[in-house]
Amino acid sequence: MSDTATDLSTHRSLLRIERVASQGMIALRGGLGSAALGKGLRKATGLAVPGLREIAHDETGAFGVAWMSPDELMILTPPGVVHETIAQLHEGLAGNHATLADMSDARAVFALEGAPVRDVLAKLCPVDFAPEAFPAGAFRRTRAAQVAVAVWFTAPEAARLICFRSVAGYVEELLCTASAPGGEVGLYHR
Amino acid sequence: MSHRLPGGGRLIDRGRSCNFTFDGHVLQGYVGDTLASALLGAGRVMVGRSFKYHRPRGIIASGAEEPNALVNLGEGPRHEPDQRATTTELFEGLAARSQNVWPSLSFDIGAVNGLFARFLTAGFYYKMFIHPRAFWKHLYEPVIRQSAGLGRAPREADPDRYELLYAFADVAVIGGGIAGLQAARQAAEAGLRVLLFEQTPHWGGRAPVDGAQIDGQPAGEWVNSTVEWLEKQENVTMRTRCMGAGVYDHGYLLAQERLSDHQPGAEGPRHRLWRIRARRILTATGAIERPLSFAGNDVPGVMLASAMRDYLVNWAVAPGRRVVIVTNNDDAYRTAIALHEAGIEVPAIVDARAEVRGALPDRARALGLTIREGMAIDKVQGRAQVRGVTLCRHAGAGGAVAARIECDAVAMSGGWSPVVHLWSHCGGKLTWDAAQAHFRPDPARGPTDHDGAVFVQAAGAANGALAADAVLRDADTAARRVLADLDADAGQLPAAPQADSAPEAPLLPVWMMPEEAGYAHRSKMWLDFQNDVKVSDVQLAAREGYRSVEHTKRYTTLGMATDQGKLSNINGLGVLSQELGENIPDVGTTTFRPPYTPLTFGAITGEAKGALFQPLRRTPIDAWHEARGASWEPVGQWRRPYAYPRAGESRASAVTREVNNTRQHLGLLDASTLGKLLVSGPDAPRFLDMLYTGMMSSLKPGRCRYGLMCNENGFLMDDGVVARLDAQSFLCHTTSGGAEHIHGWMEDWLQCEWWDWKVHVINQTEQFAQIAVVGPNARKVLEKLGGMDLSAEALPFMGWAEGRLGGVDVRVYRISFSGELSYEIAVPAGQGLALWEAIFEAGQAFDVLPYGTEALHVMRAEKGFIMIGDETDGTVIPQDLGLDWAISKKKADFLGKRGMMRSHLQSPERWKLVGLETLDGSVLPHAALAVRPGQNTNGQRLTEGRVTSSYHSPTLGRGIALGLVHRGPERIGEVLNFAGDKGQEEIRARIVSPVFFDPEGERQNV
Repeated sequence: MSDTATDLSTHRSLLRIERVASQGMIALRGGLGSAALGKGLRKATGLAVPGLREIAHDETGAFGVAWMSPDELMILTPPGVVHETIAQLHEGLAGNHATLADMSDARAVFALEGAPVRDVLAKLCPVDFAPEAFPAGAFRRTRAAQVAVAVWFTAPEAARLICFRSVAGYVEELLCTASAPGGEVGLYHR
Repeated sequence: MSHRLPGGGRLIDRGRSCNFTFDGHVLQGYVGDTLASALLGAGRVMVGRSFKYHRPRGIIASGAEEPNALVNLGEGPRHEPDQRATTTELFEGLAARSQNVWPSLSFDIGAVNGLFARFLTAGFYYKMFIHPRAFWKHLYEPVIRQSAGLGRAPREADPDRYELLYAFADVAVIGGGIAGLQAARQAAEAGLRVLLFEQTPHWGGRAPVDGAQIDGQPAGEWVNSTVEWLEKQENVTMRTRCMGAGVYDHGYLLAQERLSDHQPGAEGPRHRLWRIRARRILTATGAIERPLSFAGNDVPGVMLASAMRDYLVNWAVAPGRRVVIVTNNDDAYRTAIALHEAGIEVPAIVDARAEVRGALPDRARALGLTIREGMAIDKVQGRAQVRGVTLCRHAGAGGAVAARIECDAVAMSGGWSPVVHLWSHCGGKLTWDAAQAHFRPDPARGPTDHDGAVFVQAAGAANGALAADAVLRDADTAARRVLADLDADAGQLPAAPQADSAPEAPLLPVWMMPEEAGYAHRSKMWLDFQNDVKVSDVQLAAREGYRSVEHTKRYTTLGMATDQGKLSNINGLGVLSQELGENIPDVGTTTFRPPYTPLTFGAITGEAKGALFQPLRRTPIDAWHEARGASWEPVGQWRRPYAYPRAGESRASAVTREVNNTRQHLGLLDASTLGKLLVSGPDAPRFLDMLYTGMMSSLKPGRCRYGLMCNENGFLMDDGVVARLDAQSFLCHTTSGGAEHIHGWMEDWLQCEWWDWKVHVINQTEQFAQIAVVGPNARKVLEKLGGMDLSAEALPFMGWAEGRLGGVDVRVYRISFSGELSYEIAVPAGQGLALWEAIFEAGQAFDVLPYGTEALHVMRAEKGFIMIGDETDGTVIPQDLGLDWAISKKKADFLGKRGMMRSHLQSPERWKLVGLETLDGSVLPHAALAVRPGQNTNGQRLTEGRVTSSYHSPTLGRGIALGLVHRGPERIGEVLNFAGDKGQEEIRARIVSPVFFDPEGERQNV
C-alpha cells in the first residue's frame, strides 16, 4: 500500500511524473568550511562541499551532495549504502562537531520530466526557473504551494522535487493539478 | 435610441453572430462585442439601477471605469455578480441579469427612494440610524441590507480551476497601448527580460480609435507590426486579458489573467494570478475621461465622449440618433466628428469655453457642426432615457434657459485623468497639472524599493502625456530611463516613432455646470453614479465640517462603489476644494489601493481548493487505517484515526470497545505523528537542561525521561519523552502538533542566543513510523515476532533498546501513555506499514485491535495524564497541573524558571488540576464551568473551576473528568456545581484525585 493518493500512471498530465521508489538521503550538519568535513565527505562520496544553493553529483549520478543551509548538507546515495556511508562519514568526522542522520524515509522524491517542467514548477514555487537563473547544478529549498520542498534539475527538462513524506499525496495532487492539460503557460517553454 | 450601424466595427466579426440573454430576453450581438456594446447594439441603453435611489442607470463608459453596467453573469455554479458589461466579452449563450432591481428593471419599487432624496443626503445613515442603539441590529440593518446590495451572491461551489504563477522580469510593462508597446519594444531591444500585460483582449489602446498616424501609417498598423515583432522576441512574454492589479514593496506586482471568461468551461484554468518580482515596473495604463457635473448627467443616454467613440469605431454601435456633445476641451470634438461622419446627427457641441479655437473645433465647424461657445447644459430631460437638453450660459448661475435641443444621447467630456493607481499603490506621489486639470505622477517622488531606488515609472497618458506624439515620446523616455537604471545597453536603440497629432487648445477646468448652479441643479448632478453621491452631498459634507478628503469620501460614500471612484474621485475633489475655498493639490486625493479592479476569490486562492485546500499529512500507516474504515480526527495537519467503528457501530461504542480491549488484551496505536527531534552535540546535555524544566543531563544512555517545556513566561508549552541515545545525543519526542514549533524554538535559541553552543537539531519526525503496542499481551506479541529480549529485566520501564523485530531494524521505547504494559516501536517510515501488519497478524492470537486517538485520550485521562492543549491553554504552568516533580530544583536556570517566580504564578489562589466525578456518574460537558453564588462586576456568574477533559470511562463505568479548580488539591472531597449545557440543570461533581485508575502504576510496570 502506498501512502499517497493519486495513481500517477493514469493521470493526464503535460509532464511525466513519477515517485522515485527509494533514494538514500543523509542529513549532515556541521561546519561546511571545515577541512575535516570536506575531507570526510570526499572520502565517503567522492564529492566536495557544494556552493551556496548548489548540488553536486558524481559521474555515475549515484552520489550527490546538496547545500541545505549554512551548516547542513543533504547527501544522496544509492538506497543500499546509506548505513555504510554514514559509518564512513562518522569515521572521517570523528572528533568534529558534526551530526549525521539517515533521512531516507523522511522524504518523498518526485521525478518530473517534460518540456513544460519549468512552467509547471513556476505555478507552485516562488522561484525564478529561467534556465539562466536556475541552471544545472542549482538547488533550491523553497515551497510548493503550502509545503516545504527542494528542487533541482537533472537535465534541462527533468527536475527532482523532494518533500516530506507525510505530504507526498498533497504534492502529487499539486503536481497533477498544475500540469493538467489546458494549463499551458508558455513562460519558459513556448 | 442606441443601435448598430450597418458597416464598420474594427473589433466585431459580422460573419459570426452571438445569441445572449439579458433579463431573459434573447438578444443578438457579434463575436468581438463586449456585453455592453452588444446591449447598446440591441438598443438597450438602460441596464441597471443605482444603489441608493434606484435611479435608472445606463452604460456610461467603455472599459474598467464603468460604474453602472454591472450585471449578474452566468447561471448555476458559474453565476457571478457585479460583472462589468464593458469588460465582459460576449460569447454564445451568455446570460446576464440586471442588478439592484425589484421586481424588474423597468418598474422598481426602490425607486421610491428617489422621491425622498431630499432626506437621503450625505451621512443620512449615520444621522438617522444611530438611536436607539438596539434598533440598528434588529431593525435598521436588516432593512437596509435588503434594499441595498448589488449583485446576488453565488450559491453553488465554483466549478472552475484557478492557478497562481510566479514570474520574474527585469521590466514589467502594464498596459498594451502605444505607450506600453513602445516601452516594451525598447526594453526588449536592450536585451532585458520583459513582461507586457494588457487588460483588454486587444493591443493598441485608444490610438487606433482616435485615428492617430504613427510613422506615417495608421496607428492600428503600427500596433500590429510592433506586436508582431515583440511576439518573436524570446525575452518578451506578453499577455492580453491580463490586468496589472497591484504594486507592492520590493518590486512585487500582481496581475490577473482571464483565460476563459470569454469561453466558460474551456479546458484549463479560468483565471491565473501572476505573482511577479520585477526589477522595474512601467505603468502605461492610459487615462480615463472625466464626466461633467450638470443636472441630470446620470440619465441613461449620457455617456463619456470617448466611450461613444469606442462604441462607434470598435463595435459599430451608435449611442443614439441625435447626440449633443458637451465639453470643456478639444478631444470631445473627435467624437463629434466621428459621429457626424458615421451619419449620426450632432445638433450641437456645447463648449463651456468662452472662445473655441483650434484644429479640431475648426474641423467640426467646417463640417457644418454648431458649436455653442460659453454654454452649459442646464438640465437633461428624460428619466429612463435622454429626451433632450436645455442649455444656459456656463458663467455665473447660468441665467435663463437659452435653448432646448431634442436628442437621445449626450456625450460629455470633462478632460482626462491619468490612471495613476499602480504608480500610487506603493507610495508614488502625484503632482497637480493645472494646464490639463489632472493629477499625474510626480517624477521626483516615485515609489522606492529596498535600495531606495524608484522602481515604478509611468509612461504615456498615464504620465500625463495625452496626445499620441507626446505619448510615444514619453514612453520612449520612460523606457530609456529604466534601461539606464538597470545598466542595460541602450546604445543601439532605434529612435522613437513619430506620431502626428492635431494641436489641442487648453481645456477649461469645469467642476460644475453652470459654474454657480443653484441647489436644485446641484442635487441632480451626479459624481458617483453607482453610489448616488451628488455635488450637493459633497458640498453638504464640507459645510458640516469635513475638510479631509478621506473623511468626506467615507461620509458621503463618494468613490466607495465597486468602480472605486475611477470616474468620480477627481470631480468630487474639484467640488470639495471649491467648497472649502482651497486649491485642489492642497486638498489632495484619497488613497489608491490595490487591486485596480476586483480580483476573483478563485484567482487569489489559486489551486488551494478541494483536496488542495490545505495539506493533509498522512502517516506511513494511513492507508491501513483508511481500509479499516477509520473515523478521522485532524491533529495539526495530520489526520489520525479517532476510532475504528465497525459496521453499524457508533463512534462512542467503538471507543469503549477499543479501551476495553487494550486494557484487557492488546491494542495497537499509530503514534507516528509524534515529533522526533534529534538533538546532538557536546553541548546537547546543557541545552536540554535549559529547554526542559527537568534535568536531562543526568539521564543515562538507554533511558527515557518525561519532560516539560515552558516558554519564557513559565507557561507550559509542550511535553514528551526524551531518550538519551549516547553521551551527546538525545531523541526528544514532542506532541504531534508541536514538532515544527519546538524545532523552530530550539533553532531560535541556538541561532540567536546560544550561537556558540555546539548543538545540532535534526527533525526526524517523518523518518520513523512509531507503533504503540499496548496492553497485558504487549510483550507476548512482540516475543512471538521475535528478535529482541523485551523482558522486564532486559528492558525495564522507561528504558529503550535497539534491535530487530520480525526482521526489521527498530528502536523500542518502553514508555506508556495508557498505564498499561506498553512498547513504542520506532521503525524507518518505509517499513512502518509492514511492521504494523506483522504485529497485527501476530497479535491475532492475543486479541489485538487497533485503537484511535479517543481511546488514547480516555486511557490517559483515567491515569490522570495531562494533554497539551486540553489541560493547557497558554496560561497554565506545570505547578497548576501538579507536575512540580518534573521541575528540577537543582538547576540554576531553565526557560520559564524566572517567569514562574512571578507573584501571580506563585499564588496559592491558582486553579489547579484535580479529578472530577459527577455524583450521578454522568459525563460532564466539555469545558463546563464550576459556578458559585454571586456575580462579578460584569454581571457574570462567579466561577471557581472548569473542566479541561471529560470522558466516559469504560474501565470505571462512569464519567470522569479532569479540571482546574480554585485551590483544587486542598479541596478533595468537596462537591462543586457545574453549569450544564443550555437549559440543563447544574451538575454536581466531587473533587477527587486526578488519577482514577491504577494509582500505583502496577499495570505498566510488569
